[in-house]
Amino acid sequence: MTASRFSPRRLAATFSLGLALASGAAFAANEQYFPLQSYRVGPYAAGGTGFFGGFIDYMQLINARDGGVNGVKLTWSECETEYVVEKGVECYERLKKGLNGAPAAATNPLSVGIAYATLERSTADKIPLITINHGRTDSTDGSVFPYVFPLQLNPYSEVSAIVNYIGQKAGGLDKLKGKKIVTLYHGSPYGKETIPILDILAKKYGFSVTHIEVPHPGTEQQSQWLNIRRIKPEWVILRGWGVMNPVALKTAAKTGFPADRVIGNIWSNSEDDAAPAGDAAKGFISITTHPAGTDFPVLKDIDKQVVKAGKGNLQDPKRFGNVYYNLGVVNGILNVEAVRIAQAKFGKRPLSGEEVRWGFEHLNIDNKRLQELGAVGLVQNLKLSCADHEGGGAVRFQQWDGARWKVISDWVQADRALLRPIIEKSAAAYAKEKGITPRNCAKEG
Amino acid sequence: MLLLSETGQFSTRYADDRRVFRLRQARLGIIALLAFSYLVVPLWASDYWLSAILIPFLVLSLAGLGLNLLTGYAGQLSLGTAAFMAVGAFAAYNFQLRVEGLPFLASFLLGGLVAAAAGVVFGLPSLRIKGFYLIVSTLAAQFLVEWALTKFGWFSNFNPSGVITAPPLSVLGVDLSSPAGRYLLTLAVVTVLFVVAVRIVRSDLGRNWMAVRDMDTAAAVIGIPVARTKLLAFAIGAFYCGVAGSLWAFAYLGTVEPHGFDLNRSFQVLFIVIIGGLGSILGNFLGAAFIVLLPLLMSNLGGSLLGGVIDPGDTENLQKILFGVLIILFLIREPEGLASLWRGLRARARVWPLRD
Repeated sequence: MTASRFSPRRLAATFSLGLALASGAAFAANEQYFPLQSYRVGPYAAGGTGFFGGFIDYMQLINARDGGVNGVKLTWSECETEYVVEKGVECYERLKKGLNGAPAAATNPLSVGIAYATLERSTADKIPLITINHGRTDSTDGSVFPYVFPLQLNPYSEVSAIVNYIGQKAGGLDKLKGKKIVTLYHGSPYGKETIPILDILAKKYGFSVTHIEVPHPGTEQQSQWLNIRRIKPEWVILRGWGVMNPVALKTAAKTGFPADRVIGNIWSNSEDDAAPAGDAAKGFISITTHPAGTDFPVLKDIDKQVVKAGKGNLQDPKRFGNVYYNLGVVNGILNVEAVRIAQAKFGKRPLSGEEVRWGFEHLNIDNKRLQELGAVGLVQNLKLSCADHEGGGAVRFQQWDGARWKVISDWVQADRALLRPIIEKSAAAYAKEKGITPRNCAKEG
Repeated sequence: MLLLSETGQFSTRYADDRRVFRLRQARLGIIALLAFSYLVVPLWASDYWLSAILIPFLVLSLAGLGLNLLTGYAGQLSLGTAAFMAVGAFAAYNFQLRVEGLPFLASFLLGGLVAAAAGVVFGLPSLRIKGFYLIVSTLAAQFLVEWALTKFGWFSNFNPSGVITAPPLSVLGVDLSSPAGRYLLTLAVVTVLFVVAVRIVRSDLGRNWMAVRDMDTAAAVIGIPVARTKLLAFAIGAFYCGVAGSLWAFAYLGTVEPHGFDLNRSFQVLFIVIIGGLGSILGNFLGAAFIVLLPLLMSNLGGSLLGGVIDPGDTENLQKILFGVLIILFLIREPEGLASLWRGLRARARVWPLRD
C-alpha cells in the first residue's frame, strides 16, 4: 500500500465516477417525478379534482412552455385515495419508488389524516411531505420535522390572521376588548385544532370567544345558530368542511345573522361552499391564500398552452381558475420552485427527495420572483428556513357577491412571533416522545 | 391432484382423528406456508408489499376472525367491530403512555382486555334481543365510542387534533419499526391468536357457541348457560378486534384518529366475514384477501392499462363497479363464502380423477 494509491485526487475521481454511474443508472430518464395521491371520487372529490387538476396543469405548462425545469421534464402518476387514510398510505408506498427511474420529488396528499400517517414514513424515506395550508401545526418547526412543510399557512397562523383582520376592521387590536366572537367548528380533529390558540388570543386581546361544535356532517345547525343569535357576537368564524358550509350560511340567514359578519376559514372559502347557499351567501367573507380568478399571467399561460391545446386536466372547463384549482396551481409553483432552487445547488438533473427537501427549505419567493412567475397577488411572499417550514402566514380576504369571490383586502399577516413559542413547545414534546434530536438550525444556515 | 391422496394414511388412534389437519399433506403444507411467511417473505418482499398489502391483510384477517367468532360461531350479529378496534387501539396507546416501562406486547394484551370489557357491556342487550335488533344496539357502540374518543381529549393525550401516534416499536430490545419488523410482529400476533381461536372453536365453549347460534332455546334446554356463552362470545370477539385495532394503529398506520374506526370499517370487516365464510377460520384470510387485495390489484392494473386513456376518476369508478359485480357473482355462485368454495374444491381434489 503506497501513499500514491490513496491520493485525494484519485479518490475524488473514483468517487465522482462511481456517483456518475450510480446516478446514471438510477436517473436515466432525465425526468423528475411527482407521486400524486389524488382523490377524484368520494365526498371530497370537488376539492381533489380542482387541486390536482391545477397542480397537473401547471406541470404540463412547465413541460410545454419551458421544456421542463432546466431541461428536466416533470412527470407524474396518480393513485386514488378517496381521502381515506389507509388508501393514502398504500398509494404512498406504491409511488414512493419513483416512475421509470425518475425519482420522487415530494408528496402532496392534501389530507390531514394521510399527512399524519405518512409523516414518519416520509422522514424515514427522505421524501418531503408538503401540506400546503393545512397539516400538523408544530411541523412548522423544521428542526424537529426536517421533511414536513406546512407551506404558506398553518392552522394557528390562519386563526391569528383572522383575528388581526377583525382588529383592523374594529380600528386596532386594542379595540377588540369586550368584543364577542363565536367559532362554529366541524366536529373533527381538523375542526378542533385551533381551539387552544383562539383561547390564548382571546385572553391577550380581551375579547370573549365561544366555541360551538357542529357534529359531522353538519346538515342540521338550527340549535347552534339559535345559540349564536342569543350570544349576539360581532363576528362568527366558520371553521367548516364540505356540506357544513352552505348549511351554515343558509341557517344564518334563517336566524337573521348577517352573512357579512361570518368569516370562513381556509376550507370554507371555495365556490362550492358559497354557491349552494344561494342568496344567503351574499356578503359572506372568507380568507384565502390563493384568490380565484383567471387574470393572473400564469393562468393565462396555462389557458393558452395547456387548456386551449386540449390537454387541460379539468373535466368541467368552467372550474378553470376557481379556488381549488388555483390552490393546485400555487402548490405546483411552490413545488417546481423548490426543484429549481435545489437544481441550482445540486446540478441540473433529476434530484432525490433529500435534495428537493433542501430546495424547499431554501424557498425564497420575493416580489421579483413573483413577477417572473406571473403570480403576483396569487402567491404571497414566502421565505423558508431550517427553523421555519411555513414561510408566509398571510391571507387575503374575499367576499362572495352572489356569483363569484371578490378580493377585499391586501395580505393580512398572522402574528407569527406570538405563535412561535407555542409551536416550538409542541414540537419539542414530539421530539422527546419520539427520541428525535432536533437539528441545530444555527449551523445549517 | 394426487397430491391430496389419502392413500396409506390410517387413523390408528382417536387422537389422530381429532387433529386439526388430518391429512399429512395439509400438515406439511401449513408448515411450509408458515416457514415461507416467516423466513422468505420478510427477506424478499418489498416495502410496498410488506407495509401496504401484507400488514393490512393480516390485521383485517384478525378483525374478521374476531367478528367471525361472535357472528359466525356464536350467531350474535354485530356492527360494533370498528368500535372494539378503536377501544383496543386507544386503550393500548394509553397504557403505553401512562405506564412507564410497560412492554409493548403487554399493552396490546391490556388493550384487548379493555376491548373485551367493552364487548361485554355492549353485548348485554344480546341477552334479550336478537338479529336485526341486536345489530342496532351494537351500532350504538359504534357511535358512542367514536363520539367519546373525539369528545374527551384525555383519550388522545390532549392532542389538539385528536390523532394518536405510535410509540417506537420494540420487543425485548429488538427494534421492529422497519417494514419487515412490523410485518413479523403482526404475523406473530396473528399466528398465535389464530391458533388460540382454532382451539376455542373446537372446545366446549366453541360447541356451546354453535349450539346457541343454531337455536338458543334448544341450547338452554340441554343445559348450556346461554347468557354466559353469549357474553363470552362478545368478550372474546371484542378482544380479537381490540388487538387487531392496536395492530392497525401501531404496526400498520403508525397513527390513528377516531374517524379511522368509523362505521365503514365495521362494514368492511363484516364483508370480509360474509365473503370469506361465516363460521370458518380459513374464511377470514380468504375474505380479507378478497377485500384487501382485489381492489389493489384492480387499481394497479387500471392504472397501468387505462392510465392516460380515460379520466383517472372514471377509472376509479369503473373499478368500484367491477368490484361490486364480482361480489355479487361470488355470492350467487357460493352463498356460503369463499371458504365453502375452497372446501368443495378440496373435496373434489381428494377423489380426483374420480367424481363424487
